Amino acid sequence: MRTVERPGAAAPTRPVAAVRRARTGPTFWMAVPALAFFALFALLPLGGVAVLSFMEWDGLGTPRWAGVGIWIDTLTDQATIDALWRTAVFVVVSYVFQAPVALLLGVFMAGRQRYRAVWSVLYFLPLLFSSAAIGITFRSLLDPNFGLSRALSPGTLSTNWLGNPDLALYAVIFVVGWCFIPFHALLYQAGVRQIPASLYEAAVLDGAGRVKQFRFVTLPQLRYTIVTSSTLMLVGSLTCFDLVFVLTGGGPGEATRILPLHMYLTGFRSYAMGPASVIAVLLVVVGLALSLLLNRLSGSGRMQSQQAGA
Amino acid sequence: MRHTRLRAVTTAALAAATALTLAACGGASPGDSTDGSTSGSDGGSGDGDQSAVGGEASAWILTGGGWPVTAASFERWNEGNPDQTITVEEFENDAFKEKIRTSVGSGEAPTLIMNWTGGTLADYVAGGQVDDITAETEDLVSRVMPSVAQNGVVDGATYAVPMNDVQPVILYYNEDVFAQAGIEVPTTWQETLDAVATLSDAGIIPFSLAGQSVWPELMWIQYLTDRIGGPEVFQAVLDGEPDAWSDPAILEALTKIQELVDAGGFGDAFASVAADQSADAALVHTGRAAMLLQGSWLYATFHADNPEFATSALGFTTFPTIEGGSGDPANIVGNPANFWSISASASDEAKQTALDYLNEFVYDEDQLTAMLDAGSVPPVAGLEDRIAQSDDAEYLEFAYGMVQDAPHFQLSWDQALPSDQAQELLTNLSQIFLGEITPQQFVDAMNAIL
Repeated sequence: MRTVERPGAAAPTRPVAAVRRARTGPTFWMAVPALAFFALFALLPLGGVAVLSFMEWDGLGTPRWAGVGIWIDTLTDQATIDALWRTAVFVVVSYVFQAPVALLLGVFMAGRQRYRAVWSVLYFLPLLFSSAAIGITFRSLLDPNFGLSRALSPGTLSTNWLGNPDLALYAVIFVVGWCFIPFHALLYQAGVRQIPASLYEAAVLDGAGRVKQFRFVTLPQLRYTIVTSSTLMLVGSLTCFDLVFVLTGGGPGEATRILPLHMYLTGFRSYAMGPASVIAVLLVVVGLALSLLLNRLSGSGRMQSQQAGA
Repeated sequence: MRHTRLRAVTTAALAAATALTLAACGGASPGDSTDGSTSGSDGGSGDGDQSAVGGEASAWILTGGGWPVTAASFERWNEGNPDQTITVEEFENDAFKEKIRTSVGSGEAPTLIMNWTGGTLADYVAGGQVDDITAETEDLVSRVMPSVAQNGVVDGATYAVPMNDVQPVILYYNEDVFAQAGIEVPTTWQETLDAVATLSDAGIIPFSLAGQSVWPELMWIQYLTDRIGGPEVFQAVLDGEPDAWSDPAILEALTKIQELVDAGGFGDAFASVAADQSADAALVHTGRAAMLLQGSWLYATFHADNPEFATSALGFTTFPTIEGGSGDPANIVGNPANFWSISASASDEAKQTALDYLNEFVYDEDQLTAMLDAGSVPPVAGLEDRIAQSDDAEYLEFAYGMVQDAPHFQLSWDQALPSDQAQELLTNLSQIFLGEITPQQFVDAMNAIL
């Protein structure tokens, strides 16, 4: 298993190269196609949404300028505040659930145990399924009338997982975790494989047991993998839409109406495109701030070439 | 230092933007599933397309239910009129609703615009996006039951004509379950409460309810409000009268719903039942639930999913009466039908083709036969004899009579109201069923957005 090379990581260094035109080799122009697509399909719509967030539009007529009033109304709307809070819970609990499991699985998968490959394939499977299929499957499995609880002995698991407003959010977090843990485990596996065996040999000589090896060799060496994985996890759950939409559609009541769903339902069910755009801009801002914060906190601004696959 | 700083910021920005873009893709996918095929077809009908020859038109329809009958009708048209064909695209219900609105708004709509009338049609008319077809469709409208046809009328002019079966909401029940429990199907509210108690004690869910889909919950508040206070109560809401939701009939209806929930009327897991997989019907035909309040389209579902049950033990009746209520117990709620409107942005040739299709093929002999064979009720007067000879005579006579005798046919509230109010209504109603808010909180929340 080799380091996962992410093409996006190479792009930011290009402007630097562009300044020094005289240099030979790959130039800034090689990044142009990627940047053009990025501008066309990410930056341009983003600008459009920003403009739309100051307008009133029901999707039918001509958008009408409404100014900052729409921002004030949307941000003071109880439904938005609730959705924000719910999103915070969703992101934090998702992280607390996914990060440790993914880390431990990744470390296990990087090992040399017997049958490890078989286990790894099994752990990897959820990554191959479409999230809509996963959503429909879990909805059926968790159905108290026709789901797993009927197949197993009566009583076991027959809780109303997705129908109980107090449980639904956590049931959704579990399914989302089930879906995304394999990807992060894969990152960690790659990271662990990059750690030189000599470090462990030295640790063993120093008398470190398995737990101490993990604590003092594996974890510090995985530092940048952890930053990458955490950023993807946090921003990913902040913007998680498809699974939640298929599983609960934001219900029961408003129990799983996190920000992305709130945006969608406002835009494409209530046809209030202005407020929906406000929520979209809010999501972008929070997502960016979160990524920057993580980078700052983890000191990855000083991140240099490392053996870990970050 | 500056470089690495810039790099960190850009990396973070890229990561976040990528994640957001991915989320956006996920969000759009339900509506985009047929994107590739539709964008090609509606180009021919857009305005400014001067070179449209032969009057080619387009139409979008739905899948499932009785829609194959409509698809077949277009096939017949295209066979008979090869020089003015109508291109048909099929959509899943939710995907259609999302896509049609943006295409109508951008002037890219198909020639024939399907709608449920109500708030959406009013929006189309206000925006000048559909044509007044009063004169052109007089003949067709005169054949249709007035209670159905009137839904396509806005400000005295016809903007939409019905095109498929009438869809009243019916109370289905499992005869075997009632026989085992030794009770009769309830006809009054008191009998309903008694039946709920008896059935619950026997471990049977009295009423199956697809609470996850929320819209089936509307049928309950619609019928209860109509039975208690008559159709005027909701009409006041539609008219936007201040505090219209505060009507005592609505408060009583909400209170009765919560009483029924508390009494176990819908079991304890209704919020997990989804209508799009017909899980609510499955609970009834597997004998786990006794009754189900749902649209007439479920009759075909019962026959498809469990023919044995449907022919032997499927019962159907009207919603119970409410003691002391002032509404006529013969009133019904549901969807009068789906309707065709003609896009104002279509070319004249395309419009002519669409009008010819409406006048010659909607509710013609072949379509009526196909509808009756499929167990659906055409909203056309004078079909008694044909219905009596059909395979599903008992059910069709019941549904047909119900529609014909109804003094008032209430369009589903979520269709009748403007979209933003409809969405708020669904959210608040689901919270009423979950017991998260009180009837008064519901009324206050709904009054606030009137």
